[in-house]
Amino acid sequence: MKKIIYSSAVMLCSLILFLSCGDRDSENKGALASSAAEKVYVAPGEYDEFYAFISGGFSGQLSVYGIPSGRLFKVIPVFSQDAEKAWGYNEETKPMLQTSHGFVPWDDSHHPDISQTNGELDGRYVFINGNNTPRIAKIDLSVFETTEIIEIPNCAGNHSSAFVTENTEYVVAGTRFSVPIPQADISIKDYKGNFKGSLSFISVDPEDGGMDLSFQILMPGFDYDLAHPGRGASHGWMFFSTYNSEEASTLLEVNASQNDKDFIAAVNWKKAEEYIKEGKFTTMPANYAHNVYDEHTHTATSTMKKEVRVLDGSLPGLVYLLPTPKSPHGCDVDPTGEYIVGNGKLSADLTVHSFKKMISAIENEQFDGEAYGIPILKFEEVLAGTVKQAGLGPLHTEFDGKGNGYTTFFISSEVVKWKVGSWEVLDRQPCYYSVGHLMIPGGNSRKPFGKYVVAMNKITKDRYLPTGPEVTQSAQLYDITGEKMELLLDFPTIGEPHYAAGIPAELITERSRKIFNLTENKHKYAATTDADVKVVRDGKEVHVYMTMIRSHFNPDNIEGIKVGDKVYFHVTNLEQDYDVPHGISMIGANTSELLIMPGQTETFVWEPKQVGVWPFYCTDFCSALHQEMQGYVRVSPETSNLELSWGLGD
Amino acid sequence: MNNNFYRTGLIIILCLGLCSACKNEVRTDEVQPSSDGEDVTKTGQAFIKDDTSTPTVLDIAIGSDDHTTLVAAVSAAGLENSLVNAGPLMVFAPTNAAFDALPTGTVEDLMKPENKTTLSNILTYHVTPGKYSKEFLKKFTKLGQANNQNVMIKVEGDDVYVGEAKIIASIQAGNGIVHVIDKVMLPPSEEKNN
Repeated sequence: MKKIIYSSAVMLCSLILFLSCGDRDSENKGALASSAAEKVYVAPGEYDEFYAFISGGFSGQLSVYGIPSGRLFKVIPVFSQDAEKAWGYNEETKPMLQTSHGFVPWDDSHHPDISQTNGELDGRYVFINGNNTPRIAKIDLSVFETTEIIEIPNCAGNHSSAFVTENTEYVVAGTRFSVPIPQADISIKDYKGNFKGSLSFISVDPEDGGMDLSFQILMPGFDYDLAHPGRGASHGWMFFSTYNSEEASTLLEVNASQNDKDFIAAVNWKKAEEYIKEGKFTTMPANYAHNVYDEHTHTATSTMKKEVRVLDGSLPGLVYLLPTPKSPHGCDVDPTGEYIVGNGKLSADLTVHSFKKMISAIENEQFDGEAYGIPILKFEEVLAGTVKQAGLGPLHTEFDGKGNGYTTFFISSEVVKWKVGSWEVLDRQPCYYSVGHLMIPGGNSRKPFGKYVVAMNKITKDRYLPTGPEVTQSAQLYDITGEKMELLLDFPTIGEPHYAAGIPAELITERSRKIFNLTENKHKYAATTDADVKVVRDGKEVHVYMTMIRSHFNPDNIEGIKVGDKVYFHVTNLEQDYDVPHGISMIGANTSELLIMPGQTETFVWEPKQVGVWPFYCTDFCSALHQEMQGYVRVSPETSNLELSWGLGD
Repeated sequence: MNNNFYRTGLIIILCLGLCSACKNEVRTDEVQPSSDGEDVTKTGQAFIKDDTSTPTVLDIAIGSDDHTTLVAAVSAAGLENSLVNAGPLMVFAPTNAAFDALPTGTVEDLMKPENKTTLSNILTYHVTPGKYSKEFLKKFTKLGQANNQNVMIKVEGDDVYVGEAKIIASIQAGNGIVHVIDKVMLPPSEEKNN
């Protein structure tokens, strides 16, 4: 009898399933449906619609992908040495990785953000933060290379960075780890009240993009996590999420989760500019590197800066704290600038604040106490709404420009689409697996291009062929043009795909450079014609002024080098033709190859230790006679009197 | 309790839950056609075959004879994939006896599809983002649970109570820890969450 009931139940259920989910197949097939393949297929020779700049997290770099294909175009070296491109190995770029701690060959690159004009993407630069040794880098999108890196003093764990204001007036940097400011030899137990946070505003020159640390705001010793700019009505404000308002210095997983609410710090940077103008700052001694790559000398210089202007966060009207539940991570502003979303990472809800209500609460002094002199606004007076029980562990929200928000949930591993204003959940799609940040091209601007969501996952497990314990990390692409999101594609990424910025390709392609003009080459050791070729001895230092062109080096025979010499090969690529780089490497050189673009000069150092005749060759397959592109250096004993000589075809 | 009867009921409930899921646009990872389009399977991290890693909190619950009700409830609420996440997760796992101790009909009621939200709320009240041993829990006065509410921690001699429930065993998991408890923890009604 029981068995019969059981089987009938199973049958009944199957029937229900069959009937009720009849249309499920078409709806849910997702990536299995053939249209998904069509949507991501970019035919040979065709172009992708968008660029995606995806940070490599612990790789320290920034990768460039095409969307929707997910094809990788370039890995731009930023904070980590890259032997492939000689970044941080050649003499020209070594200064880019200089800091107040000396040469630092690695960092943790987190949040790329594209420059904006009038709140819209302008495609000129990407800014990205180095977390570990606090730095901000600028990538020039005419060359897709890192051209400037500025170190941030009074900062540790530069996490809430590198987000730009509506006209790229500033790029910001907020400290994740509060520290003694200025640094001091004190007990960690004295954290509370003695450790400080700092929020840095780095100005960006509207003409040449030059960065300058304009001022810092000294803040209570919280952890400053992420930031986003106000726009439209809220232009002039920057919003920073905070956690550890408990000011704990140990076992933060317990001690920083005691308060039900932490804060979003709303910073009125226009007010800060007034205070600076009025001279209400103090000038603090500091020591930080400012590294600039000059595209004419093809050489970077590193300058140590010695002071910084500091404003106190408790100056009237400068900073307000918006209570936000459960250690908020993402702090995101909708395209209108009215809503500020706090993604409380230990919460199931999203908290949305209203800018208008915030201003009115400030005007009516609806305060709920203060923290170190900074007013705390009443939660109820700034709250616009809550997206209830949207998922577990909200992390980051972006917008499609059509009135919808899209939020990632780490713990429940999904992207959730919800309606701005009514706060209702409209759709949810799973991520494979444990999604962190997400990106909609222009999703942090007045004008998002709401066609795709790229979700960046923390865990991949079984999604690709296994490659031992370390498997690829990955991103996933969703079509968001319909009511329901549709998963289109998985694609592997370099490092940890931590965060991304996307932009329509047409905003960049027209400005993309093809070659460097040889007549504009102002490198100190350039040989821009064969007449400039020479080898010069200065004591133990030897400078080789070398050229390269399909398919030889000039000179390609050098004699008179001695053991113990330090030989600088300054190599200029004389090509003025698109996509004809040359490389060079020397046997036993304790450094990387050089990869030199047309019109560019780069330098590597070789310190020969053994007598003999040693070859060098072109490392980039450049031409039909690439294998013939080679040369020799004769190395004599240290005591030899052989004079320097060099030649080509003599 | 009549186990078979129970199981049958559960299957019906599960199916009803699934069918309502289609209409209510609840998560689509619960049922997806497999690549050959024939059978119906669940997908996500919870369903990866892995015999070498330390079991997850979900594996531990599934492997325990004392937690069949809990596992059925987790399945009914569609929470499997949340329990295999990198976490770390601390799950307070009431035994079957703890569920049986609830007033008659409570479990059956909760398993009804229309009560899925309530069930999910109760279950997530049993989960903390974190991983603390019983000994370490003595340092706490309260825990913030995954349903957004707090639960108080009480220490009596060697015993640690989470709300009214006593921790009677603890098992380390690959992505967290499972504390077996002797009572089902019912979330306090709203507005008491300070």
